[in-house]
Amino acid sequence: MAKKLMKGNEALAEAAIRAGVKGYFGYPITPQSELLEYLSRELPQRGGAFLQAESEVAAINMVYGAAGVGERVMTSTSSPGFSLMQEGISYIACAELPCLLVNVMRGGPGLGTIQPSQGDYFQAVKGGGHGDYKLPVLAPNSVQEMAEFVYDGFDLADKYRNPVLILSDGALGQMMEAVEFPDYDVEAHKVDHSDWATRGRRKGHDHNVITSLYIQPDKMELINQHLQEKYRLIEANEVRFESIMTEDADYLLVAFGLSSRVAHKSVEMAREKGLKAGLLRPITLFPFPSEILSQLADQVSGMLVVEMNTGQMVEDVRLAVSGKVPVQFYGRQGGMIPQPDAILHEIEKYYEEHFAAEVN
Amino acid sequence: MTQLFPEKTDDPYLYLAGDESYKCELIEEMNQVWRRPDSLIDTPMHYCPGCGHSIAHRLLMEVVEELDIVERTVGIAPVGCAVFAYNYLNVDMQEAAHGRAPAVATGIKRVLPDRILFTYQGDGDLAAIGTAETIHAVNRGEKIVIVFINNGIYGMTGGQMAPTTLAGAKTSTTIFGRDPSVHGHPLRIAEMIAPLPGAYYVTRQAVNTANHVRKTKKALLKAFQYQIDNVDGTCFVEIVSNCPSGWKMTPLESNELLEDEIFQFYKLGDLKLPGKE
Repeated sequence: MAKKLMKGNEALAEAAIRAGVKGYFGYPITPQSELLEYLSRELPQRGGAFLQAESEVAAINMVYGAAGVGERVMTSTSSPGFSLMQEGISYIACAELPCLLVNVMRGGPGLGTIQPSQGDYFQAVKGGGHGDYKLPVLAPNSVQEMAEFVYDGFDLADKYRNPVLILSDGALGQMMEAVEFPDYDVEAHKVDHSDWATRGRRKGHDHNVITSLYIQPDKMELINQHLQEKYRLIEANEVRFESIMTEDADYLLVAFGLSSRVAHKSVEMAREKGLKAGLLRPITLFPFPSEILSQLADQVSGMLVVEMNTGQMVEDVRLAVSGKVPVQFYGRQGGMIPQPDAILHEIEKYYEEHFAAEVN
Repeated sequence: MTQLFPEKTDDPYLYLAGDESYKCELIEEMNQVWRRPDSLIDTPMHYCPGCGHSIAHRLLMEVVEELDIVERTVGIAPVGCAVFAYNYLNVDMQEAAHGRAPAVATGIKRVLPDRILFTYQGDGDLAAIGTAETIHAVNRGEKIVIVFINNGIYGMTGGQMAPTTLAGAKTSTTIFGRDPSVHGHPLRIAEMIAPLPGAYYVTRQAVNTANHVRKTKKALLKAFQYQIDNVDGTCFVEIVSNCPSGWKMTPLESNELLEDEIFQFYKLGDLKLPGKE
């Protein structure tokens, strides 16, 4: 299939239709509204239901209902809207309903700004709502991945009966790049959910019930333990990351999403100067690529985490590295994007201090 | 002939010990004129004695059986006393977050339009925290039945003021009585939504007398039949009910209060009928 020039938000929306989405429920918010607009136009003609909800609160609960009948459903929003959805996501996670969520992050806290940010990392990977739960989190860094991760996201959701989050940002949502949609057979990827889905009581069966309420504490503890077992399984099977120039690296940058693209550029610039920097890019933020980071900590002498926030993923990197090497942080916030020069400067500073290197 | 009453009927906790002798045959089959609907699960309910919920539950299951839609029906339970409705209603059920049942039902109906959807909600759920979802679901004319149990109090949490609590009524958060200038006015939500173009059928009923129970069943039959007929709009059945525990009175006293005061404010009858304004 030929490549097409598309906005990230639109590529994601198109991929959702191609992945067989049967219901989309959302609310307008910059910088993700193109997703809503694209699906309002395309989805009803291509076999799915589109509904603009009265709020993000309603939208996520529509997703809860529709996910509960076992169909592929999704919502998308941006940071303040994602905060509003947290209660519903907690219910969905506990009731183990498969669905796809998209957060096209903007700068916060509060109403913040409509410019790109990665300030929702904690909210995305540590649960976000009340109680102990996790979402597999996929972090694209290109328009191509905005599309590709939709298929992966739906498949993961169906496989683990769990909501899956695509954590993007305003720049990836708005930028235009060439995108090629992979061949994907919706029917071949269909999972039979009829044993638990509430599609109307099956003949000869008792009713199906979807709930997150287990009033007896011993039962609720079992539910918690079951969820944790599932998350351990996801950690064992679904870690995804990209290694860039790490084979001979003695200094490692760690960055995800948009900031990984800038960090990549900085690593290339450092290499031109003879500095052996590398980049580890987590693609799944949960499960986090802790093992590879721990291995790389035995190889490099230090790490630099680059984020568009005040330092969130850096905590997970430090946990993974467990004190083996110093882990520094460089970040921009509030909608500002780190510049390659500024990151390069941090790299040079490190080499000057730790290797007494002459950096031109 | 089975015995009229089982032994030890005075022990309300028999069932906890797995002793099912409380389930007795009261009458011979040939003389039976009424029986529990099959879809009403045969288990003791958690509702307080005298509470209207159990009657509303039974009516719902009678209706889905009479209309032969048990296998097409999906119900949404609220947060509140009816949070465990799915323990009694043997149709597919989802338990919604507080106030969000109309949104949950909307999600299902939009994806599976041939299913019959109902929400079952109390006044705190539907008329306080879920006001937005209620109004917008009705305004979109979602093809669902909303069953609204209005007993003017938060029963599950211990008897706090509800949006529908009458002025002057004492609750655990209005111990000197609801003062509208401080606590706001009681909300007649059926009157609010009846004028919406998306509302197809809006009615207010009760279950405190045999006559009212019959009328409520007729209203529910009508509402579900409209949905089966795929009419263009939402059906809203309010049931003004009692809460003896929350109102701190006996079931009989609570029924008297309904007749003497509450029906004066929440007038029973149809608020909107198809084809009539």
